[in-house]
Amino acid sequence: MKIFSTDHKVIAKQYLSVGLFWAITGGLTAYMIRWQLAYPETEVPGWGFIAPDFYNMLVTMHGTIMVFFVAMPILLAAFGNFLIPLMIGAQDMAFPRLNMLSFWVFALASLVLLSSFFVPGGAASAGWTGYPPLSAKAAYTGVNWGLNLWLLALALEFASFLMGGVNFLTTAINLRAPGMTFFRLPLVVWMQLTAAVIFMLSVGPLIAGAVMLLMDRVVGTTFFLPEGGGQPLLWQHLFWFFGHPEVYVILLPGLGIVLEVVTVFSRKPVFAYRPIIYATIIAGFLSFIVWAHHQFISGIDPRLAMPFSITTIIISVPFAFVIFSMIATLWRASITFSAAMLFALGTLGVFIFGGLTGIFNGSAPVDIYIHDTYFVVAHFHYTLFSAVFFGGFAGLYFWFPKMFGRMMNEALGKIHFWLTFIFFNSVFIPMHLVGLRGMMRRIANPMQYEFLKPLEPLNQFITLSAILLLLSQFFFVINFFMSLARGKAAERNPWQANTLEWTTDSPPPHGNFAEVPSVYRGPYEYSSPESAEDWLPQNRPLTAPRAALR
Amino acid sequence: MNWFPENVSTFGGEIDSLFYLILYITGAWFVLTEGLIVFFLIRYRRRQGSKAAYLPGESLRQASWILVPCVAVLILDLWLDFRGADVWAKIKRQVPPSDLVIQITGKQFNWEIVYPGPDGKFGTEDDLQIDNELHVPVGKVVHVVLKSKDVIHSFFLPHLRLKQDAVPGREIQAWFEATKPGQFEMPCAELCGFGHSGMNGQLIVQPQEEYEKWVQEHWPKK
Repeated sequence: MKIFSTDHKVIAKQYLSVGLFWAITGGLTAYMIRWQLAYPETEVPGWGFIAPDFYNMLVTMHGTIMVFFVAMPILLAAFGNFLIPLMIGAQDMAFPRLNMLSFWVFALASLVLLSSFFVPGGAASAGWTGYPPLSAKAAYTGVNWGLNLWLLALALEFASFLMGGVNFLTTAINLRAPGMTFFRLPLVVWMQLTAAVIFMLSVGPLIAGAVMLLMDRVVGTTFFLPEGGGQPLLWQHLFWFFGHPEVYVILLPGLGIVLEVVTVFSRKPVFAYRPIIYATIIAGFLSFIVWAHHQFISGIDPRLAMPFSITTIIISVPFAFVIFSMIATLWRASITFSAAMLFALGTLGVFIFGGLTGIFNGSAPVDIYIHDTYFVVAHFHYTLFSAVFFGGFAGLYFWFPKMFGRMMNEALGKIHFWLTFIFFNSVFIPMHLVGLRGMMRRIANPMQYEFLKPLEPLNQFITLSAILLLLSQFFFVINFFMSLARGKAAERNPWQANTLEWTTDSPPPHGNFAEVPSVYRGPYEYSSPESAEDWLPQNRPLTAPRAALR
Repeated sequence: MNWFPENVSTFGGEIDSLFYLILYITGAWFVLTEGLIVFFLIRYRRRQGSKAAYLPGESLRQASWILVPCVAVLILDLWLDFRGADVWAKIKRQVPPSDLVIQITGKQFNWEIVYPGPDGKFGTEDDLQIDNELHVPVGKVVHVVLKSKDVIHSFFLPHLRLKQDAVPGREIQAWFEATKPGQFEMPCAELCGFGHSGMNGQLIVQPQEEYEKWVQEHWPKK
């Protein structure tokens, strides 16, 4: 396998590898954060004492790593790169060399971020949202180069994903196989495309903001510093104008994976295929006008809060539609509980909880109290962990045979699911309660506050569960590498699925298809009356008698 | 079960009851959706010889199975929006006239509290400045003018359900009326640097006579 490859499948695996590396790093930061919260002022086993400024660095890097260097590369770049050409029947991306450049720019971003840990002063510690003035002057955090490199890493990552987004769109619009109309595209492709559009339209303001912040730090401008007439709140608007759509950029590909997996293992068409696409696009539009719900108590005009509160709560409607569609797909189905299906159902179950707790945060008056508490932290882990990890694992267990030509071990996969599901909930359900008792985010030691002291046992329970949650992931790591080396050889279509990637070899050769496939129907014709089997591949021609009947 | 710390402000109860309203509505949806999922998973697990139904859900008749619940979601959303708008207006827009105005300035890592002194004006010689200790009388409307000297801090009174960021370069108004005497914590809720954890003050709510006694003893004389 060439390292400098233009093959979209190789690039997908490269993104996946780097994403998984960062996932381990992000997991370690979570472990250190949780230890400190449960047993403050004690040595973290395997590390040592955590000073308060180091703690701030940990929470900053945990958020940065998990959102930008795990969720984005795995859900968008790895799955998008692997699936889009294969599912639309193309030989590769529209711009293979741009695709390669996109990965290597991302690799450079990763190196820059990694190096920021080792410069004097340490890595960024102004929160993953980098609010100025804290982030705008080295004197406020004691971090100088760490924060500059943090900004540089983000800028490089955005450049990389802009190239990726252009590629995704061009490929899906121009390289579809004959017969693959837009309304025959698998939903995961639709979701990837919507995510790419949302990302490209929202990232501009943040890039501008990042350049301004870097200039405040390095050149001495005062875009965000009030002593020179700057506005700290300007950054928050620029950041969240991107930051909230970004949530859906991550969520949509996760939901797309779940829709594919749930349909295949229900042996039933996805319920309401076209309306789901419309709901996704509506959600995409709405995602641009909700951002100020992060700023209800930031000092914006109180009259501005209600419109944003309304849009935020209304965005539940298109997502409710997608959720109801998934549930209706299970109705009168014929369900097999594979490891991939368990993770897909886990995503669904967990995401419902996270969506519902979002209503509390979206209600401006309630947010006055729960803003910046652990209730918010618990809420967004329910939405993002479900999309990124439950959804990502569903995708990996499902497409692993196609990616690597070998089957994964189902029994280990199921153990992995149940442990992850149990410990995930035992981490994050109690975290809501901790938040409702008022515990603030990003404090290093809750025992410094009288009103938080009674929460100590609950915090210790959360930490022990979190450690078990992290250890449960070894079942995946073992399964992944064992299957890679010695897994059963995968046939072309082990799950009897309809979409085009299953009609070629596992793994597909360079160029993907021996001949360009022709497409005759939508992707979800399971248990169709037109077929004797309970599946009907997109590329199977209409049978002669059937055709004659028409 | 008590989800929150004790509420001791006039508007805190409104926030709490809005929270519970959302809790009941979302709780009902949670039970309904998760219950249906579990029921379907058991009822429609793969069995020998059974085939799934072919239900694309594209026709309006079939799609109405999920469109109707979506309309229900929309109606409940709007209800919560209107209830929320009322509570928000009560807290943020219909601010009652003040009995006492206090300036609170966040700085790494303390709350600097300034009373106007006997002349009732800030920036004069008889101002009283103390760190991290906020004395107020019970049952009086207190206006707080929030400022910051360096980075963004967030003024948080968990027992009064009050949180408001203090932004450098701005003067932001907040208000509260405590309903019960006692001592309550006043932490910073926005990451503000290495001393953020532990940046904390005390709100001391006193009966009127006690508060006046404290004023007599501590405020500069005319």
